[in-house]
Amino acid sequence: MDTLQTTPPGLQEEKQYNTLNLGPTHPATHGIFQNVLQMDGEYIVSGEATIGYIHRAFEKLAEHRPFYQITPITDRLNYCSSPINNIGWQLTVEKLLDVQPPKRVDYMRVIIMELARITDHLICNSVVGVDTGALTGFVYVFQQREHVYEIYEAICGSRLTTNIGRIGGFERDFDDNVMRRIRKFLDEFPKVWKEFEGLLSRNRIFMDRTIGVGGISVEDALDYGFTGPNLRAAGLDYDVRVMNPYSSYQDFDFIIPIGQSGDVYDRFCVRNEEIWQSLSILEQAYAKLQQMPKGDYFAHVPEFYLPPKQDVYTKMEALIWHFKIVMGEVDVPKGEVYHAVEGGNGELGFYLISDGGRQPYRLHFRRPCFIYYQAFPEMIKGSMLSDAILTMSSMNVIAGELDA
Amino acid sequence: MTATDITHESIVERLSAQFPGKILSHDEPFGLLSLNVPREDVIDIIKWLKEDAAFQFIFMTDLCGVHFPEQSGQELGVIYHLHSLVHNVRLRLRTFFPANDPVVPTATTVFKAANWMERETFDFFGIRFIGHPDLRRILNVDDMDYHPLLKQYPLEDGTRTDKDDKYFGR
Repeated sequence: MDTLQTTPPGLQEEKQYNTLNLGPTHPATHGIFQNVLQMDGEYIVSGEATIGYIHRAFEKLAEHRPFYQITPITDRLNYCSSPINNIGWQLTVEKLLDVQPPKRVDYMRVIIMELARITDHLICNSVVGVDTGALTGFVYVFQQREHVYEIYEAICGSRLTTNIGRIGGFERDFDDNVMRRIRKFLDEFPKVWKEFEGLLSRNRIFMDRTIGVGGISVEDALDYGFTGPNLRAAGLDYDVRVMNPYSSYQDFDFIIPIGQSGDVYDRFCVRNEEIWQSLSILEQAYAKLQQMPKGDYFAHVPEFYLPPKQDVYTKMEALIWHFKIVMGEVDVPKGEVYHAVEGGNGELGFYLISDGGRQPYRLHFRRPCFIYYQAFPEMIKGSMLSDAILTMSSMNVIAGELDA
Repeated sequence: MTATDITHESIVERLSAQFPGKILSHDEPFGLLSLNVPREDVIDIIKWLKEDAAFQFIFMTDLCGVHFPEQSGQELGVIYHLHSLVHNVRLRLRTFFPANDPVVPTATTVFKAANWMERETFDFFGIRFIGHPDLRRILNVDDMDYHPLLKQYPLEDGTRTDKDDKYFGR
């Protein structure tokens, strides 16, 4: 950012530049982003990003909500992969409460999180296709996203903003319908994705359009706080799932794909490969779930886990806990905890300070794209306008997460 | 890669030797080493941790503000989360200072990532980062005249007249 203050190379005092207001609602930016660009013809001399158009004060809201009511807030961060946010938050609270959910819960969560990762990468990569002029692939793979949303729907009843699961586990087990849908997706999706890859990844036009565009070196990427596929595309194999395994990710066998130059093409390829790795994790988790006895889908934390509704009507203890949880009479232990999960676009961290009351004293979301989007003006400097659009979509900047 | 070959004790020991008297206290909530340091030295410590060949805390994970109105003289704070990707060790630095003097040196000289995170902290807590290249509000509107995450401000704007509580059952 500080380089923005200095005179860009080639800028002469007498030369006049056009100011271009890209956004806040520009159809090509796929969200509410404003960039004020100084243009020299078709080339960008400098840019400045303005954010906050859909700021909803989640951190303040969270200070006034009991823990289980914060899960729906996290939905609205990265809404392309809401379940990862939900489960990340639940894992943070479980860390604070020192709850160890059963293995079955871990594997169910892994399945949901990997499905979410697939949809997140699927949207990002197909939108990169759209921005290079290839609309067909986008429309084609979106049907598969629909199938994943049907799986969410079968698990929790909602699709985009999922509010999936509970603190301590899930409200119900995966039934046969869910397992059948997952199996169907695992059978059908690889063929579709293979076709999509075949359309783009070795396509001469696509390669010419994306190689060397919007690149960033690994040093700069680290300096700017890049995480997730964007950092891995620059060449560093940092993945929270491997570095600090959560939800039993250590039980799964997968590799971390990395790129070299951190450009649009590398980010595209890294996401593609991560989808294949996610599919491999899904297959492993599916097999593990099949071998496990059903029914063990929540941890024993009656203070926080809402009891099943039929128990509330028939059992005294369940009624008491239900009342206590809903009326917010359950206090949490004091503590200060940071927990990170590998979100769709990077390290999604929750920094939670609890003072022992019913709400968090302070909750800070470490939103990956808020931190790496600040490198965007630097990355597009000197490139053409159409490349800037492409760089933005390949960085997977999600407005909801950016503005929290 | 996941093996930890530097211990928390060695971090505290070497930091205390390097910055005598500057490590005010340390604890390990949930296994994450947390150090309280004075604000005058926090940037020097971050810089040293980043550049030290043995530790290599080369990644700034997070930077955020906190407000504890009851801690008299130490109401406001900035929390830094660093990560040594080489050794896979995380570290938390806390620095507290009075609310009537909300000034901290900027970390942008060490990590570019701190730029927007400091703007966000300024926006929400009014903490001024000395030396920051562009300290403006980032998420809230520019003409806002308060810092909304401070604890004295209620969740809802008390001056609103368009919401009548009787319709909301409150």
